Amino acid sequence: MREFDYRRADDVTGAVALLDADPDARCLGGGTNLVDLMKNGVETPARLVDVRSLPLDRIETDDDGAVRIGATVTNSDLAAHPLIRDRYPALTQAVLAGASGQLRNMATVGGNLLQRTRCGYFTDITRPCNKREPGSGCPAIEGEHHNHAILGASEHCVAVHPSDMGVALTAFDAVVSWRTADGAGEAPLTDFYLPVGDTPHRETVLPPGALITHVTLPPARVAARSRYRKVRERASYAFAIGSVAAALEIDDGVICDARLALGAVASRPWRARLAERILVGAPASAEYFAAAADAELAAARPLPHNGYKVTLLRNLVVAVLTELAEETSR
Amino acid sequence: MTVAPQRPAAPGLVGTAHTRVEGRDKVSGAARYGGDIPFAGLAHGVLVLSTVARGRIRSVDTGPVLAMPGVLTVLHHGNAARLNSDYVGMLGIPPDPTAVVFQHDRVPHAGWPVALVVAETPEQARAAADALTVTYEEEPHDVALSADRPDAYAADGHMPGTTEKGDLETELAASPHVVDAEYTTPEEHHAMMEPHVATAWWDGGRLDMVDSDQGITWVADELARMFSLDPAAVRVRSEHVGGGFGSKGVRAPQVAAAMAAAELGRPVRVSLTRRQMFSVTGYRSPTVQRVRLGAGPDGRLRALEHTSLNQTSTVYEFVEPGAGVARTMYDAAAHRTENRVVRLDVPSPTWMRAPGEAPGSFALECALDELAEKCGLDPIELRLRNEPETGPVSGLPFAGRNVAACFLEGARRFGWDARDPRPGVRRDGRWLVGTGTAAASFPAGTLPSTAAVTAKADGTFTVRISASDIGTGARTALTLIAADALRVPAERIEVRLGDSDFGPSGIAAGSMGTRSWGWAVAAAAEELRERLLPGVELPPEGITVRSDTTAAIAALAAKERHTWGAQFAEVAVDVTTGEVRVRRMLGVFAAGRIVNPLTARNQLVGGMIWGISMALHEEAVRDQASGALYGADLAGYHVATHADVPPDVEAVWVDDHDPDDPVGIKGIGEVGIVGAAAAVANAVWHATGVRHRGLPIRPDRVLRAGDADA
Repeated sequence: MREFDYRRADDVTGAVALLDADPDARCLGGGTNLVDLMKNGVETPARLVDVRSLPLDRIETDDDGAVRIGATVTNSDLAAHPLIRDRYPALTQAVLAGASGQLRNMATVGGNLLQRTRCGYFTDITRPCNKREPGSGCPAIEGEHHNHAILGASEHCVAVHPSDMGVALTAFDAVVSWRTADGAGEAPLTDFYLPVGDTPHRETVLPPGALITHVTLPPARVAARSRYRKVRERASYAFAIGSVAAALEIDDGVICDARLALGAVASRPWRARLAERILVGAPASAEYFAAAADAELAAARPLPHNGYKVTLLRNLVVAVLTELAEETSR
Repeated sequence: MTVAPQRPAAPGLVGTAHTRVEGRDKVSGAARYGGDIPFAGLAHGVLVLSTVARGRIRSVDTGPVLAMPGVLTVLHHGNAARLNSDYVGMLGIPPDPTAVVFQHDRVPHAGWPVALVVAETPEQARAAADALTVTYEEEPHDVALSADRPDAYAADGHMPGTTEKGDLETELAASPHVVDAEYTTPEEHHAMMEPHVATAWWDGGRLDMVDSDQGITWVADELARMFSLDPAAVRVRSEHVGGGFGSKGVRAPQVAAAMAAAELGRPVRVSLTRRQMFSVTGYRSPTVQRVRLGAGPDGRLRALEHTSLNQTSTVYEFVEPGAGVARTMYDAAAHRTENRVVRLDVPSPTWMRAPGEAPGSFALECALDELAEKCGLDPIELRLRNEPETGPVSGLPFAGRNVAACFLEGARRFGWDARDPRPGVRRDGRWLVGTGTAAASFPAGTLPSTAAVTAKADGTFTVRISASDIGTGARTALTLIAADALRVPAERIEVRLGDSDFGPSGIAAGSMGTRSWGWAVAAAAEELRERLLPGVELPPEGITVRSDTTAAIAALAAKERHTWGAQFAEVAVDVTTGEVRVRRMLGVFAAGRIVNPLTARNQLVGGMIWGISMALHEEAVRDQASGALYGADLAGYHVATHADVPPDVEAVWVDDHDPDDPVGIKGIGEVGIVGAAAAVANAVWHATGVRHRGLPIRPDRVLRAGDADA
């Protein structure tokens, strides 16, 4: 582990100044991913700016009904908050499906979005990895990849984003806001992560020295009837091999609004807009749920050992939408 | 002196539940493990492991690292002392060369120790180890295990490689019901909580060590041989051990620490990181097994063949004897078993909880289930019809064979009689539900041990034995055994373990610990009680009696001595997502006298949970391109979590008494895992109608099996 400078910031301006002063600085939230990566030598920041004391730990509603989640809100607090439980239940379910109680008590919303892939080549500095060491190659494509991407990957990287929270946030049109020394910026979460292309080491649109300040969920009536289902290789404490965040609003048997996002399929939480387009206006039936899933997964390009994910995601989408439809009709 | 302790006339403490005598110390943090003990002047060593799977070390660039803050030395093959590795140790095997560090420039596997960096603080040592540049002449490696390896060969290990009787092909051809199937199990790791650690220091030619091991005498004996010392000049202590499961013998940390301490003239501690544990502490080899069964119309076996192939390193022959379990469990006119190995550019495997029996029972007990299906027989009935009279291969009498009793008690408790044999027909919401069963056995071995029991003037007693309590509850069991033998309350007994100065004793492994040590403790305690006649005045130093069970064990009649069991599992499978959940599990065991029901249940249930983990989760993936493991940490290597373990995991035992056995205690450390994975896999078949012959039964495999069917 490289020696590093540790600073604790008390306000956003101070934090941003500390980040600006050292291009090799990283924000320290819960440290649940960053510290592991520092121990493994994957991350070697010169400076850690501890942001846990910043006044960004609140969940509030805006005048227009949007919910503003501070970047240092812990996963546990997010999942338990009445606003989230009532208006965006899939988000609560997604957070609770991740990690363990101890980790959720530490992990923060901002950190969750910036966590790195758990690809075993990325986390092992003795192996090549284009994301860690651009140009060194991607051993996963010929090697172990049964939990790698089926959508949006490239010949340079097939890693998946590990977040559960991000999948639900993506389904609900979350917007990420940040501050730099030069001012403020924001982007919808669907545009926040960059395409993999030939630059898998560049993961987000965040400018250098940026501090995520909050995540905003616009009001969405459909989100109140939402679900998150996650499949993993043990019942708890494992990253997804496939997950679905979905919301449905049905009027007289016809879908009038739908949200769908998939997890563990791509380098980012995957918003299933093709599927949503098929769903909206269609009858709420298994036939259309399957057609929607198929439309989204038609772009899947599985590797030799992860083709099961196409089946898994299709089945999950149909199952979750069916459950939601049944819930609505009750 | 007598070495055949008699059972207490009246029921005593043995057989009653007692919490661990060191439990309060452990939960309050007062118990100190190997890495917790402070030493003045302690230096810290960190191993550097090879990043290539095969080749030669070209250079170790020590210069820049020696200039780093706090760095004291860098040991490697170019400067390390030469050790003796040409011996056969106490357990009848040579040392694993991965432990005999820095003796030459060859690299036989990825993660081979190539250097030790020693510094004043752990952080400095870690930073310097990370910074050390080692260059290699890399050679092509081969880490691919497959059934058709032409270079595989039959190998003995701790038992004959091949056993054979009758004409297999003729009996198979004449059998109306035949099973011929290949089963595979993956590379599995011990993954105990406490990493390996050793602190060594030298005092005028004497080597002292505090480590974390599961065989003090074994470790001390090997260190003496390696460093060419008189056995009396080595003292090893290991008071509390956070799990071993077979991997805590002599490993690189002890040897490297002793080397560095000699060079620096001060205490040196070497502890492993979790990632390092995956390449230098042994593992259970993957296996490729083939089982061929032929049965008559009544299900009685006419032919049984079980072969098991495992990998080993190019520098050490380790046999994972998967086919051994068939030599105990089932007989047939034609009976053939063979354990084979192939040498690859991989780390040396080693013993891991129920070596041989754990993977072997998966293959054999799944094959029995397949045969039951073909014969149209209930799986329990099939097994009852195939109960052998004597050891199928040895011909020896059984010292009690209680398989049937376990199955009958288990069937009653589990509700087996109401089971519909048809697969794939029970649904509970999105889940298909099924039940499965399997037999279990593990040898009840004994190792010679010595013990000393002292009666003190204050009316208390001290037991000294170089045993290791690796979490099994051995310290508590020996307390109860000593108390009964002395006819005193447990509170008057102090059991001191984990110090080689207490004299030789057997290892905490092979389900032999409590049986071996309990025998020695009871023998010494009973003789002491006879000496403590009323009116005898104790001298200030007390009266001490020592025992040695070597002769008594040698006098044991030759018999098939085993612990037995029957495993039952109920699983739910969602074939649309591939998820498998164990809903309940029951193990019924015949395990001799149960010394402490509380810790015995811990051990048996712990083994069964290992079985769940083996069936559904555990798999170390070896990257073919690099020859190293992929995801070698506890995020990548999945063991069962609490959420994978149903509240309803029950272990019970039946009466199991061999009048010929002088101690009556059998081991219970391993039998809990034996058959457990097969019971789960058989239940998955019963739930879904699909046989899974490769472990673990991961969601992707369940989904792929579904696709193949469709």
